[in-house]
Amino acid sequence: MCLGVPGKVIEIMPDELGMTMGRVSFGGIVKEVCLAYVPEAEVGDYVVVHVGFAISRIDEEEAAQVFEYLREMGELEELDVPQPHEAPS
Amino acid sequence: MSEEGKPVSFDGLACPLPLAEHPTVQMAHGGGGRMSQKLVGGMFLEAFDNPVLRTLHDGALVELGGARLAFSTDSFVIRPLFFPGGDIGSLAVHGTVNDVAMCGARPLVISAAFILEEGFPMEDLWRITRSMKGAAADAGVTVVTGDTKVVDRGKGDGVYINTSGLGLLQDGVEISPLRARPGDVVLLSGAIAVHGIAIMSVREGLEFETRLESDSAALNSMVASLLETAGEDVHVLRDPTRGGVASALNEIAAGAGVGIRLDEASIPISEEVRGGCEILGLDPLYVANEGKCLAIVERSAADATLAAMREHPRGGEAAIIGEVVAEPAGTVVLHSRIGGERIVDMLSGEQLPRIC
Amino acid sequence: MKYVDEYRGGEEAGKFVAAIGHKVSRPWSLMEICGGQTHTLIKSGIDRMLPEQVNMIHGPGCPVCVTPIELIDKAIAIARRPEVILTSFGDMLRVPGSETDLLSVKAEGGDVRMVYSPLDAVKLAQRRPDREVVFFAVGFETTAPANAMSVWRAHQQAQENFSILCSHVLVPPAMEAILGAPDNRVQGFLAAGHVCTVMGYWEYEPIAEKYRIPVVVTGFEPLDLLQGTYMTLEALEEGRWGVINQYTRSVSREGNVPAQELLKKVFEVCDRPWRGIGEIPASGFKLKEELSAYDAEQKFDVESVTATESPDCIAGEILRGLKKPHECSAFGTRCTPDHPLGAPMVSSEGACAAYHNYGRGGA
Repeated sequence: MCLGVPGKVIEIMPDELGMTMGRVSFGGIVKEVCLAYVPEAEVGDYVVVHVGFAISRIDEEEAAQVFEYLREMGELEELDVPQPHEAPS
Repeated sequence: MSEEGKPVSFDGLACPLPLAEHPTVQMAHGGGGRMSQKLVGGMFLEAFDNPVLRTLHDGALVELGGARLAFSTDSFVIRPLFFPGGDIGSLAVHGTVNDVAMCGARPLVISAAFILEEGFPMEDLWRITRSMKGAAADAGVTVVTGDTKVVDRGKGDGVYINTSGLGLLQDGVEISPLRARPGDVVLLSGAIAVHGIAIMSVREGLEFETRLESDSAALNSMVASLLETAGEDVHVLRDPTRGGVASALNEIAAGAGVGIRLDEASIPISEEVRGGCEILGLDPLYVANEGKCLAIVERSAADATLAAMREHPRGGEAAIIGEVVAEPAGTVVLHSRIGGERIVDMLSGEQLPRIC
Repeated sequence: MKYVDEYRGGEEAGKFVAAIGHKVSRPWSLMEICGGQTHTLIKSGIDRMLPEQVNMIHGPGCPVCVTPIELIDKAIAIARRPEVILTSFGDMLRVPGSETDLLSVKAEGGDVRMVYSPLDAVKLAQRRPDREVVFFAVGFETTAPANAMSVWRAHQQAQENFSILCSHVLVPPAMEAILGAPDNRVQGFLAAGHVCTVMGYWEYEPIAEKYRIPVVVTGFEPLDLLQGTYMTLEALEEGRWGVINQYTRSVSREGNVPAQELLKKVFEVCDRPWRGIGEIPASGFKLKEELSAYDAEQKFDVESVTATESPDCIAGEILRGLKKPHECSAFGTRCTPDHPLGAPMVSSEGACAAYHNYGRGGA
């Protein structure tokens, strides 16, 4: 359920009834998205979009959590896999 | 005469399709996927069966008076008629030129038949006609015959176009989906799914902003240079239009009784097309292309063929995307980016954007 | 694409798979609730990379799959009315009702259209004051704020020719129904990251406590799923239970508060039947009484429509995780994505369609 795709907010504007709308870019494809549920989002932020609505602003620090977790796991356990290289940028 | 007074069916002409499954034609019967295949295989092939048709190639190979000809036909019912990167006119020329080229032939002449809706603006028709003229000139083919019919207002989407094309095969060229053999290499001439996503961007209800333009283009000059480079080492050519790369490769795998292994990471795809596929929930492997060519070639000729593709103005992003294997026969298997595997099946039904 | 590509790395995936292999000492059955997660698991081949001891059960989190057949028949009845434009999400249009589906109604001449967002349906109503625009509003908590906003907008601009056919369902009651069933096999949950993005995960804490089960809120990319699986298995192996949040880049404990506020204004909790599972108490949303003018069921008087399921379809057992799709006698023969008998074969998120399309035919 619930396809949610991260996209970058490139413009924020209210619509005719005052609801916050925005233009969000998904790798260069731009869609008009309702931002009413992410009042904290600013231009340049990434939001998770579901059926034309942003449902969260992506937390940049937390986004690296998976890789930190892997790194810690690698330190704690003797995994018989190659040691981590640089985390991807 | 008849059992229980029912009318007699014509001998052997009872519809072989399980009609109960779909008593009426559905959109997906024209979608290029499994339902199209069932309709063609179950009804048309059954009725018209012959060795030439049975190859189910993009075009037919026929020998006439000592010359080997490729003959193909295609109808165009696209909406909208004008789209980023082309229109129904240029598409109608490219489509048939490419179908002939994918037989390994040099396309020479085409026909153009128009089904026009009453009330369709002359100016738009002229725009389409000019665009066809330009496309034909670029591809080096001549429009030598045609037809015009008009249907009542409301009975057509403005204009439908059918084109047929004839081309000449050089000696020694032997292109057939049946020639795919274990050990062969699968090449693709550029980034996938561009046409389908460009069309979606202007389709009612799904509109989005993009700089993407359809990749609609004639591929005959590319095919000519591939054949010049690799000659009979080119075994199969196919333009992956409706149903995308996945459906085209499935047809080849099924026809030749071989397996095909694809490497997801090596399949060229642009960032924008990926973005479009993500938001619509589409798999780019099933999205249409109109200016891309799949080539299956002898392994020893793969590098030279790839270089020839890349030298062509339409083939800069060409890549080796997989190989032909013996098992599992009739199946396309994709090695995923993260190291997993999955079977890539034919498209079923229409590919509908999913939300959820 | 940022925040997509980095979670599809093969090297990291390999490390998680190896770590899972080290961690697991005995067989475990986990359920990923969400159909989107099922889709990723199978599309990226994770299901086959995991050790045999890890049994992934595919949960009921496909809104298209659990929408009751009766409601689909109601949508079909409404779509056949000449004044109506029926709109919905793409994959809803192919779900079989008891006799036909919405795409076939379109083939018969009904005005059935696909929309990307429920707001597009409201805009369509604005453009076409001569027609009744009905939006078939399916979905879990993730989609509810979008559908709620469509009704709220229509209400604000007094768009009287707009209504929704509401089929909203909620995850926590379904989880409880699964856990409380005597034949339950689920030992740990990967909870649905986008549902929790909207609702938060506090609702799951009492469930985890009551059933002493780990619930890991998990994202949708391959590395999310691998990490979520690892975290669940680690908790199981160590005998821990409770809620863990893997999808921290999108999910907080309290969830999206502005969205929840609008949900309270537009919807109220009700009992809902789930296709293949049956009625679950307090497991859905319906429109509040004061917004009943936007309720298509009342507006078009289809409340009396009833329907029965294909007897061949074992969707109920599939959706509860008791059987795998290929264990169904109709799978791949009488039931295919071209001719589905039940909803899980329709949506690409449905477990049966995922098995079929990605070649998980029991091999």
